[in-house]
Amino acid sequence: METLLLSRIQFAANISFHILFPTITIALGWVLLFFKIQYNRTKQERWMEAYRFWVKIFALSFAMGVVSGITMSFQFGTNWPGFMEKVGNIAGPLLAYEIMTAFFLEAVFLGIMLFGFSRVPNWLHTGATFLVAFGTMMSAFWIIVLNSWMHTPQGFEMIDGVAHATDWSAIIFNPSMPYRFAHMVLASFLTVSFLIAGVSAFRWLIGGRTEGVRVALKTAVFGAALLIPVQILVGDLHGLNTKEYQPAKVAAMEGNWETDTGVPLILFAIPDEEARENHFEIGIPNLASFILTHDWNGEVQGLNDFVTEDGEVLHPRVAPVFWSFRVMVGTGLLMLLVSWTASYMILRRKRGVEGLPKPMLYGLVGMSFSGWLATLAGWYTTEIGRQPWLVQGVMTTKEAVADVPAPMVLSSLIAYLVVYAVLLVAYIYVIFFLARRMSRGEPIEPRTRQSEGAIPRAVPAE
Amino acid sequence: MYYFGDPEIWLPFVFAALMGASILIYVVLDGFDLGVGVLFPFAEEDEKDRMIASIGPFWDANETWLVLAIGLMLVAFPAAHGEILTALYLPVTIMLIGLILRGVAFEFRAKAPAPHKRAWNNAFFTGSLMTSLSQGFMLGMYVMGLEWTWWNTGFAVLTAVFLTVGYSFIGATWVIHKTDEHLQRKAVDWAKGGIWGLVLGIGAISLATPFVSTRIFDKWFSWPEALYLSPLPILSGLLVLWLWSMLRKMPFEGDKRSWLPFAVATALWILAFGGMAYSFYPYVVPDQLTIYEAASAPESLFIILIGTCIVLPTIMGYTILAYTIFRGKATELRYD
Ligand code: HDD
Ligand code: HEM
Ligand code: HEM
Repeated sequence: METLLLSRIQFAANISFHILFPTITIALGWVLLFFKIQYNRTKQERWMEAYRFWVKIFALSFAMGVVSGITMSFQFGTNWPGFMEKVGNIAGPLLAYEIMTAFFLEAVFLGIMLFGFSRVPNWLHTGATFLVAFGTMMSAFWIIVLNSWMHTPQGFEMIDGVAHATDWSAIIFNPSMPYRFAHMVLASFLTVSFLIAGVSAFRWLIGGRTEGVRVALKTAVFGAALLIPVQILVGDLHGLNTKEYQPAKVAAMEGNWETDTGVPLILFAIPDEEARENHFEIGIPNLASFILTHDWNGEVQGLNDFVTEDGEVLHPRVAPVFWSFRVMVGTGLLMLLVSWTASYMILRRKRGVEGLPKPMLYGLVGMSFSGWLATLAGWYTTEIGRQPWLVQGVMTTKEAVADVPAPMVLSSLIAYLVVYAVLLVAYIYVIFFLARRMSRGEPIEPRTRQSEGAIPRAVPAE
Repeated sequence: MYYFGDPEIWLPFVFAALMGASILIYVVLDGFDLGVGVLFPFAEEDEKDRMIASIGPFWDANETWLVLAIGLMLVAFPAAHGEILTALYLPVTIMLIGLILRGVAFEFRAKAPAPHKRAWNNAFFTGSLMTSLSQGFMLGMYVMGLEWTWWNTGFAVLTAVFLTVGYSFIGATWVIHKTDEHLQRKAVDWAKGGIWGLVLGIGAISLATPFVSTRIFDKWFSWPEALYLSPLPILSGLLVLWLWSMLRKMPFEGDKRSWLPFAVATALWILAFGGMAYSFYPYVVPDQLTIYEAASAPESLFIILIGTCIVLPTIMGYTILAYTIFRGKATELRYD
């Protein structure tokens, strides 16, 4: 394989691994703040119990996010030097602001949040929790600004082949940013809701029926039920925005080859790039036209519009975009079904968590990582849908790649994949391991035997 | 923007200084926690817990200085960033994998089932070692001008070892400060055993640099520069002697001044770093690309600078706050 393809696979692998953990920390920080404030307000121990368990998952996710993020920031130099050389004047300040306003804030106050409870006044601990949550949100904001600018660039001019900023507010508030940011933040809250619901259901099933589990489970299920409709709405708006600025991407998402009116919404198909048509197509008549134009007979642009006279293809590969879009939307609809049913069961005649039958609890456990699936699928839709462009209309991915020898990229890629696979297994394993420990009422940090000459310590864990 | 003269001149200089400062802060701060990782195999099980506790609240913020340093290079000198990092592709990859391993091992060792703890301890050590070695290797390659010849690679292998031992030294001085009794005495021994890495490392680089480039040779060994520069090596030598005599008497009565070796070691790093900065200025890619040629557009740099002026003091402020809150001897790390 050549360097370009390998570098792309490596980039995709690294960013996919990285995004898993910010997706959790962005929202989990706020959820922890919520638990903490509830505790401050009511002084009920159950909120603190929930806090103490989830802050550990937060710490673990955060560490995973940080180390994979460091890998990300080196990638630009090692694999994509062309990117910074051409658009560095715009990407640079955005990345710099992310580091300065977000990374340090999180990193410093994380220490206080995790280890400072007994060392600092309560208000400072709550404040640190807030600043960490705020910091992760700022990270997401700046990086999404950059990413959105790559999809809908504006506010710059090209001088000698290098982009120079002319209008920073146009760059920051580029057309797709508000939609992408809102959709990502909601995705994060949904991911966390289903994770908390799933792990709490697991603890409930194996007998850890504490008050802390109860509040966590209820908060998560209701949170998910409230947010999923909003997410679907925002997703729809996002799609309309994309239709305006990146019509080729939307055509690929819809799997629509010919520009036409009254286009069906395709539920299943096998897009065939060679023949430029779909096989085994199953669709709902006129629905795609309605969703995209809000008119049953509206005109929808097809992929064939994006092929030049001499046959050059200017749209992304269809099948991966088409399918990942369906995975995301499918997961979203499943989330709607599950969270609403579960909420109904909890609320019905005030039955509480006891109102959830076993199959529902198992269902929730199964959905623990559904947020990850939808998020990855969503990003694949977005990013693959932008190809062959790296910065839409400004530079192609091919232009940015480094001329590192392919075997070198291959070896680093294999090394990353091995490490990521091991860490992912360890991460999921440890979450459920901690859940089991908690349910058995054991202290969460394993203690070590004291050796000769060690001084005894007065502080018991937890 | 034009207040201080031509921004094409002073902005690159300011950014080179900022980048240098964050690299320096990084090697001191992450230096000590990487060093603690490198020393792991020499400690008993429960001592490991205390060593971890001594760096627990800090390591993440320490590592962020690397992100800032590399970020500043990325934004201010994009051409150099690409050139250096593609030339160092392999060691960078090894470093990143090392950073991943140690960063997560830190969390996992406290949360995974007890039988797995050993494996995570090993991962913490291995990751710290990989990171230190590859940083030392990159330093050596950089000094030699980023050319992959046998001779240069050999030199880089040496600096890799020296820097790793140097990190373990500064790590040991940190442990001296943050612990007491048995472990503290042990750390004094570690420091005595590790100081040679620092001395040889600084020595090797100081000797090699002028001979790689006649430009650098002339900067050091022409009159009267040599005279003005002579305090640098003399001061460094005195600091080493002071450190050595201090370590022989440690721990002091009533644990007074347990922070002193760490502070002196830091001063030594600063001197060494100052010398290197003097040698290489005005180049970012040694003898190939100056900071003025590699710099981004002044408008973009200016935007970043405004933010930096506000944000950097704030970062300093809350970093000091964190070190104050977690001052004193490290006991057990507790998540509450
Ligand atoms: C929990 C996660 C999650 C869920 C349930 C959904 N999405 Fe999503 N979606 C994302 C998580 C996500 C994402 C990972 O966050 C993306 C990638 C980039 C972005 O901004 O959001 C995304 C991208 C994305 C895009 C691509 C926009 C572009 O870049 O051009 C569209 C059109 C939608 N979404 C639409 C939807 C619709 C109609 C949904 C209805 C069920 C939906 N999403 C559910
Ligand atoms: C917001 C920050 C992001 C930036 C700056 C960014 C930047 C890039 C760059 C430089 C490429 C080109 C390299 C390549 O083609 O592989 C790319 C492609 C890609 N990115 Fe992103 N990305 C971001 C977010 C994400 C996320 C969160 C994901 C997934 C979880 C993702 C998934 C991908 C994939 C799958 C490709 C490969 C597309 C292809 O090669 O067909 N990206 N992105
Ligand atoms: C090319 C793209 C990216 C780069 C270069 C990058 C870089 C980084 C780095 C260096 C860190 C560690 C910060 C620290 O030291 O504390 C980090 C963490 C983080 N990143 Fe990314 N990142 C990228 C994509 C993304 C995306 C797409 C998102 C989400 C929308 C995101 C959100 C975060 C958040 C919230 C954190 C802090 C919390 C955590 O570590 O879990 N990043 N990123």
